[in-house]
Amino acid sequence: MTVMAPPSVGFGRPVEDVPVPLKPAQTRADKVFLAMLLVASAIVLLAIVAILYFLVDSSVPAIRYAGLHLITSEHWAQTGTHQQFGLLGALVGTVMIAAIALMVGVPVSLCAALLINEYAPRSAKRWMTSAVDLLAVLPSLLYGLWGLKVLGNQIYGFTKWLSVHASFIPLFREPDATFGNSIFVCGVVVGIMIIPIVTSVSREVMAQAPRDACEAAMALGGTKWGMVTDVILPFARNGILGAVLLGLGRALGETVAVLLILSQTNVIHLNILGPGGGQIPALIANNFESVNALAKSALTVSGLLLFITILAINFTARRVVGRPQIAMQ
Amino acid sequence: MTMLDTRTADSPGYSGVDPRAAPNGERPTARRRWSPGAGWEFLGSLVAAGCLVLVAFQFASARPLDGMIACWFLGFLVLYGALSRLLHGVRIAKDRLATVCIIAGAAVALFPLIEIIVSVIAQGAPVVFSHFPSFLIHDLSTAAPSDPVWKGGMGHAIVGTFEQVGLATLFTVPVSMLTAIFLSETSSAFSRLVRTIVDCMMGTPSIIAGIFVYLFWVEPKGSSGFSGFAASIALAILMLPIMIRTAEEVIRVVPGSLREAALALGAPRWRVSLRIVLPTARSGLLTAVILGVALAVGETAPALFTAHGSPRYNINPFSGPQANLPLQSFQLILSPNTNQVREGWGGAFILVSLVLALFVAARVAGSSSPRSRRRWRHTPKEVVPS
Repeated sequence: MTVMAPPSVGFGRPVEDVPVPLKPAQTRADKVFLAMLLVASAIVLLAIVAILYFLVDSSVPAIRYAGLHLITSEHWAQTGTHQQFGLLGALVGTVMIAAIALMVGVPVSLCAALLINEYAPRSAKRWMTSAVDLLAVLPSLLYGLWGLKVLGNQIYGFTKWLSVHASFIPLFREPDATFGNSIFVCGVVVGIMIIPIVTSVSREVMAQAPRDACEAAMALGGTKWGMVTDVILPFARNGILGAVLLGLGRALGETVAVLLILSQTNVIHLNILGPGGGQIPALIANNFESVNALAKSALTVSGLLLFITILAINFTARRVVGRPQIAMQ
Repeated sequence: MTMLDTRTADSPGYSGVDPRAAPNGERPTARRRWSPGAGWEFLGSLVAAGCLVLVAFQFASARPLDGMIACWFLGFLVLYGALSRLLHGVRIAKDRLATVCIIAGAAVALFPLIEIIVSVIAQGAPVVFSHFPSFLIHDLSTAAPSDPVWKGGMGHAIVGTFEQVGLATLFTVPVSMLTAIFLSETSSAFSRLVRTIVDCMMGTPSIIAGIFVYLFWVEPKGSSGFSGFAASIALAILMLPIMIRTAEEVIRVVPGSLREAALALGAPRWRVSLRIVLPTARSGLLTAVILGVALAVGETAPALFTAHGSPRYNINPFSGPQANLPLQSFQLILSPNTNQVREGWGGAFILVSLVLALFVAARVAGSSSPRSRRRWRHTPKEVVPS
């Protein structure tokens, strides 16, 4: 098996050779060993409980101070006598970046998954999986650098074209013709960053499509595309949804690439082509160290929101991927 | 596998192996179903669309290359689709267009990968190699921002990266191996809970790990709280779920019959786990560890508020701010000074070489040949289906 795709390996892979649950006599050494295993696993539980505890504990002052304004206001003034902590701008920016990332990343990932699973010759498969895995291990710093120094210039023509020809959509309206450092570029870069996880999870699920049904489709004279649309995609639908959710989780939490690319403003910034916009992880990374305790607490609230959202998304994804649909017509 | 094979083991001429079956018992690949002449249709549409675009853009005011390529591709799709539709019918046309789109779509993923690596090498390699040993040895404590590159270096950041990632690996490997054994060898409500939590934690944003360690470790210690050790806790939080998950998957493919055989011979459980299961899954576990390390090496965000970064050597990871490679490169690249930006690219180059080396190591470890397993006499060869 391929072990190269750490975040995704074997979601719901059928286990073929499972030991019968035996209950052999336990020696004392066995009990000690089991206790060690329990302790090690408890560390993981402890970690998540501790993270949640510290985040909640540190969020309380800001919640007391600002209450619901935290998520309903877009005014962010972390210094001065009258501090204001409105996270709405950063929340909207986070969602927009993630949405663009999904729009860019998911089609590419599905193409890559189909190509590797169904179209590529066997000799090329290994190289393609390696390339996707390599995308997964490249540090996010490099993606950020690429977006800042390379992609920003290359995509200029496209963004300008959009702003000229698609300006009837408010999102693409950019009055001053300066581009780059924008939500759009961030979204594209983050979209590239989620390709590995979406590809490997959807590959796993697609590979579970019943081979005999695929071969039957081909044997009846169907085309490969027919096989893909009629057998593989219906079978893998839930799993692909799960893969997309996992990608969404990654896209919401990406920090360094966005921090490098985006010129941050903490108001709602709807012109995705122009510089400006906010994103929660980048907001935290940019300000956390330099502000006073209350503002730290407000930033922790945003981190807590993000963390809980991502945990919920991952949990849902796990539920969805864990049960690939087996119904076939 | 082959679903039409109705022969049984005792029917004449049956050797037990389908001669047409693909090697390794994999599923047979479908035959190519391109009719003769398909290549010409493909090439013809490509050339015709190219000519059309060239002609059309003669009348346009601007000729952006990316726009021309996009138009070329669209024109090609239309021509190729129409041609296939006319000659072969709707189904074949759809199939061909889908094939082209899938290949093109997947190629989009390859483009940034190549571009990232090439740009880092192009910008960073000259910096590193033109100041070859000194760039890897010097630190930035004596170099003013405007000083030329040869005065500074990344030595302190390299030391920091090795110490932080090393410590994090030291915490993570035993815990994740034991947890992986726990998850794969036992089954209880608790193990299901742990598995769920591990899965959910796998996407933890790195910045959250950073804040957590800041609140939990750095802040209570006051002004001296920043340390490489704090960064290694944050890294460990990020590495733990990934390593557990991968290790669990690797351990799970160890055949159950091997465990049963060992148990039947009277081996106690702990011996089965440590002497049979782990050695059998050895190469996969090694891959899991190396990949976890490769991911941790490149993490910038957790170090922001924990190690904090520093321009000078700090050998002691337990006290005082410490730099690491991604963090130092990040800070340098944001500087307005061109020399510092160049040093940052140099740091990024060292980082990417490190990550690539680890990646290759993981690949090699993952595909280790059965011959290298000979040393472990008690392990049957090729017990892990790969």
